[in-house]
Amino acid sequence: MTVANQADLAKHETTEGTRRDFLYVATGAVGAVAVAGIAWPLINQLNPDASTLALATIEYDVSAVEEGQTVTIKWRGLPVFVRHRTAAEIEEARAVPLGDLKDPETDEQRTREGHEQWLIMVANCTHLGCVPTGEAGDFDGWFCPCHGSHYDTAGRIRKGPAPKNLVVPPYEFVSDALVQIG
Amino acid sequence: MSEHTTYQPTNGVEKWLDDRLPVVRFAKEHLMDFPTPKNLNYWWTFGAILAVMLVVQIVTGIVLAMHYSPHVSLAFDSVEHIRRDVNGGRIIQGVHAVGASMFFAAVYIHIGRNLYFGSYKAPREILYIIGVLIFVLMMATAFMGYVLPWGQMSFWAATVITNIFSAIPVLGDPVLQLLRGGFSVDNATLNRFFSLHYLLPFVIAALVALHIWALHVPGNNNPIGVEVKSSRDTVSFHPYYTMKDLFAIVVFFIPFAWFVFFAPDILGHPDNYVMANSQVTPAHIVPEWYFLPFYAILRAIDFNILFIDSKLGGVIFFGGSIVVLFFLPWLDRSPVRSGSFRPMFKWFYWIFIANFVLLAYLGAAPAEGIYVILAKISTAYYFAYFLIILPLLSRIETPLPLPVSISDSVLGKAHS
Repeated sequence: MTVANQADLAKHETTEGTRRDFLYVATGAVGAVAVAGIAWPLINQLNPDASTLALATIEYDVSAVEEGQTVTIKWRGLPVFVRHRTAAEIEEARAVPLGDLKDPETDEQRTREGHEQWLIMVANCTHLGCVPTGEAGDFDGWFCPCHGSHYDTAGRIRKGPAPKNLVVPPYEFVSDALVQIG
Repeated sequence: MSEHTTYQPTNGVEKWLDDRLPVVRFAKEHLMDFPTPKNLNYWWTFGAILAVMLVVQIVTGIVLAMHYSPHVSLAFDSVEHIRRDVNGGRIIQGVHAVGASMFFAAVYIHIGRNLYFGSYKAPREILYIIGVLIFVLMMATAFMGYVLPWGQMSFWAATVITNIFSAIPVLGDPVLQLLRGGFSVDNATLNRFFSLHYLLPFVIAALVALHIWALHVPGNNNPIGVEVKSSRDTVSFHPYYTMKDLFAIVVFFIPFAWFVFFAPDILGHPDNYVMANSQVTPAHIVPEWYFLPFYAILRAIDFNILFIDSKLGGVIFFGGSIVVLFFLPWLDRSPVRSGSFRPMFKWFYWIFIANFVLLAYLGAAPAEGIYVILAKISTAYYFAYFLIILPLLSRIETPLPLPVSISDSVLGKAHS
């Protein structure tokens, strides 16, 4: 190899990218997109399927639930409490100052106007998902036996590791007795 | 030690094979003639015991999968079918279920030995880290396996453990639905757990191969923690340690067999003989015994830490209790490996072991009263041991004089 040739070679090996470098990078980039495109369906198949999503809305007739009674129904595979609260329980829930609450919400925000006696909540503790026991705990509401979370008569977290109040699902009263959840 | 070559092909066939795929050479150098410190005690037999347990679990598991149905309406009955109708099924299922407990008992002893004798220290950090990875995969595999019989404990374990991911800020709920394949633990969850429970043991087996590879580069640590200095310090793996390991395996199988034949359910929970019901949580749910210490840590954080709520806090500490293990080789800077020559370390080590047992006890206790306070103190000590005590001890402790060599120590010669 002559000295001139070596100089030529050195010129090609400067930090400036060549067309070939560009082709390598472009091919690599397209390859990465293709791998991601193939990976996504393989991950997405883990998501809830159509038959699971189809069960997203249910209707429930609350007229059979007596005052002071709780019924557990199933919505999206989750247990849901339908509680017919007594006047004393509603009063107890309303008397709580918001400052005492870990996740401040008024009783009115957790019920529907004109249907305040009905407390409808997903029955999974917001800590790790156990179903709490009713009419138990230090606040007369629910007590989760798994890790010791106490909820009050409006299903609000008062004590223990759970971070949030029991979740109120989206629902509305279609009529006085019929409630649509989801 | 990998440069140690003892193999000479003795005939034409071996020579032909050795030039193409030297498996015989590999087996001779790594399974038979491998130079092993001559002072290894019985705590060093648990590696072999664990390898055997992995084989036991894979073999019994493959057989059980031939009779099991991973569907919510069939799973519970199919396990009962295995126990009642399948030929020998009662024993095979018992071996697999008790085997999980025995596997964990062995792995805890193996880890405990590693912590005492400083086996995690240079040059064995990668060997150690692969070991921690195997431990994590074992926990994932055992958890998913426990869900398969679809009893009440199975279902609520699946619910509680998958819910841990809902603590992730913002992405929590989508991730939770992705993992469960639904809004709650259901058929999709059971199916994927079965698939992964079948897969992961083979991933573990691959990691075990790497674990042994990483072991065979620096060679074994030993009870005095002084590296091998000459061939006088070692004996060949076969027959000395193959026989010692085999004897330990036989002894280990005695309690194993006792559980399988006389008390196959004693390590389980009666609630798991009630079929899964998403509407009712058993009054007192506890994980299997081998998860109890970590479960106690998860529960101990029932207060908010600055902007981190109690739930996320619990999950961070729960995950942190495992993650901290990965950093251990760089937290304990003491150049002396063996706890036998570390007068202060020894105390804190045994308190750590007692504390770990206490955490297990607290994990099974109800979350109320004195137990809650003790769990917090215990959790604090668990982390303090790794993050404060070990780094500090490496600075202030004066170790005892070390023997010159393994050989001198075995012959009872005076310290240098």
